[in-house]
Amino acid sequence: MTGATLRHTAWILRGNPLTAIAAAGVVLLILIAVFGPQIVPYDPIASNVSQALMPPSAAHLAGTDQLGRDTFSRLIVATRLDLVIAVSAVGISFVLGAVIGAFCGYSGGRLDRTVGRFVDVMMAFPLFVLAMAMVAALGNRVENIVIATAVINLPFYIRFARAEVNVRRNVGWVEAARASGESPISVVLRFLLPNVLPAMAVQMSLNLGWAILNAAGLSFIGLGVKPPTPEWGIMVAEGARFISTGRWWLVAFPGLALMLAVLCFNLLGDGMRDILDPRMRT
Amino acid sequence: MKSFGATMIWAGRRFLSSLPALFGVLVFTFLLMRVLPGDPAVFFASGPNAGKEEIAVIRKQMGLDKPVPNQLLLYLYDVGRGNLGRSIMTGQPVTTDLRNRLPASLELTFAALLIALVSAIPLGVLAALKPGSVIDHGVRLFCALGVCVPTFVSGLLLIYVFYYLLGVAPDPTGRLDVFISLPSSRTGFLMIDFALAGDIDGWWAAFRQLILPAMTMALFVIAPLARITRASMLVSLGSDFVRTARSVGLSRWRIVVTYALRNAILPVITIAGIVFSTMLGANVLVEKVYSWPGVASYALDALLSSDYAPVQGFVLLMASVFVVVNLLVDILYGIADPRVSIG
Repeated sequence: MTGATLRHTAWILRGNPLTAIAAAGVVLLILIAVFGPQIVPYDPIASNVSQALMPPSAAHLAGTDQLGRDTFSRLIVATRLDLVIAVSAVGISFVLGAVIGAFCGYSGGRLDRTVGRFVDVMMAFPLFVLAMAMVAALGNRVENIVIATAVINLPFYIRFARAEVNVRRNVGWVEAARASGESPISVVLRFLLPNVLPAMAVQMSLNLGWAILNAAGLSFIGLGVKPPTPEWGIMVAEGARFISTGRWWLVAFPGLALMLAVLCFNLLGDGMRDILDPRMRT
Repeated sequence: MKSFGATMIWAGRRFLSSLPALFGVLVFTFLLMRVLPGDPAVFFASGPNAGKEEIAVIRKQMGLDKPVPNQLLLYLYDVGRGNLGRSIMTGQPVTTDLRNRLPASLELTFAALLIALVSAIPLGVLAALKPGSVIDHGVRLFCALGVCVPTFVSGLLLIYVFYYLLGVAPDPTGRLDVFISLPSSRTGFLMIDFALAGDIDGWWAAFRQLILPAMTMALFVIAPLARITRASMLVSLGSDFVRTARSVGLSRWRIVVTYALRNAILPVITIAGIVFSTMLGANVLVEKVYSWPGVASYALDALLSSDYAPVQGFVLLMASVFVVVNLLVDILYGIADPRVSIG
């Protein structure tokens, strides 16, 4: 980042405190994910049946579940797993999508048409259903939640990178690189991709929230994460059994955690888009 | 104005261009069955203790001993005849199960889409009429929060508030109280069947069961619809023809609804199509929360008990519905805007 970019960023943040708050929220989430297991007041999987289904109190900030486990501790510990699933899924589709999309956008022709067809077919599925089916096909494990979430994100990155590269394939500095004898692979990887990455990073932040919701949805329906592992989606699923008898905290707190995490990533993504391209502000 | 015939030709060409996607969907569901863990023949055998010979016979029956391209042809032939295999869970052909349960899912989805459109369009219009006002900020806040709350959480919280706290909603399980007699089924859509039968009490009971799950699903999609309505209305309200309409002194209602909204509605139709696909996915979550007897909860139960034929059928059904809906959206778009033609 140059000084001018930093100054521009600072100016944007002053004018849009929400982005600053969202950035702080994301940093906090990462800190919780890293240090969470060290700072929790209770063991997240130790049951204590005498304390089962207690409403929120000073001892148990978010109450306890049917086995007497402390909901607050479980929420904190779950942060790491939820973030790791979402970040690695989005990371995989970011890298693959950028490379595939960039080559399609640069070369055009048969490769572009084949990949385009493939992307069209994928978009012909309701994506959550596609993810469900993939987890079923690959096996009911956490790694496969990551793979499924990565695959359903892939079409968006391929399309995005393709479009961004396609408009730049014949600009002056690309022709200059070609004229000086750079191979097509080198033109794409060393010249075009670096110019596309900032815009894609914004896309990634906006996507992370969606990936978190998707992964939590999959574990809510019983795919991927297995109890007693603490994870927000599965915590909601376990709490669902007690909602019609009024035990709201088992659903409300994991729900709140999900909502705040998604909100932070979405607001940060919006803010980053403003910094990158002020014209797209809504 | 385009003639009816031209529209039909255009729609037909649009349909042909969606065929490759449908074929891709078929190949994908076929592959899904092949890469599923374990041997499909074992699943279709009489039980876990089926002998080797029995499995070998079933393999032959299912054509699993043939090369993969032949198997694909066989699968396409089966799908063409409407044979999607048999569910181990229910013992019924998958086609029958899906046909029995599809109306429940569609009724839920359409009700939700209706609620979402009816609330999102006025919200978006109001926000666009006074940009920067309290209403505008309220709508934006609602939209920002709306996309962040997972459907399964908002569904459960609605149950907590309306069933547990207020006691106004019925027991949140299923489509209808078990003590209420079903109307003679004509469409499978309970709201329509009760209305046709003239049974007001039954209609009201079905409506009360439907409203919470439909609201849950609508909440999730109001945000994108309201946002696009607002953005599109802002453009349309700032255009020359609205300025002209204002200058000749037309009524405010006429300017906003007849001139601005009608021109702003096209992007909303596009987003509504996308939203519909999101809802088909969200169906899985909502149907699970409310024990709604639709196709998604059927596929989910099957999936969790390793009964794969229903899952395959469900994926195929959802993808086909999605392709058809996209086609309808495009045709609708072409009718709403005569300038659109297919490339």
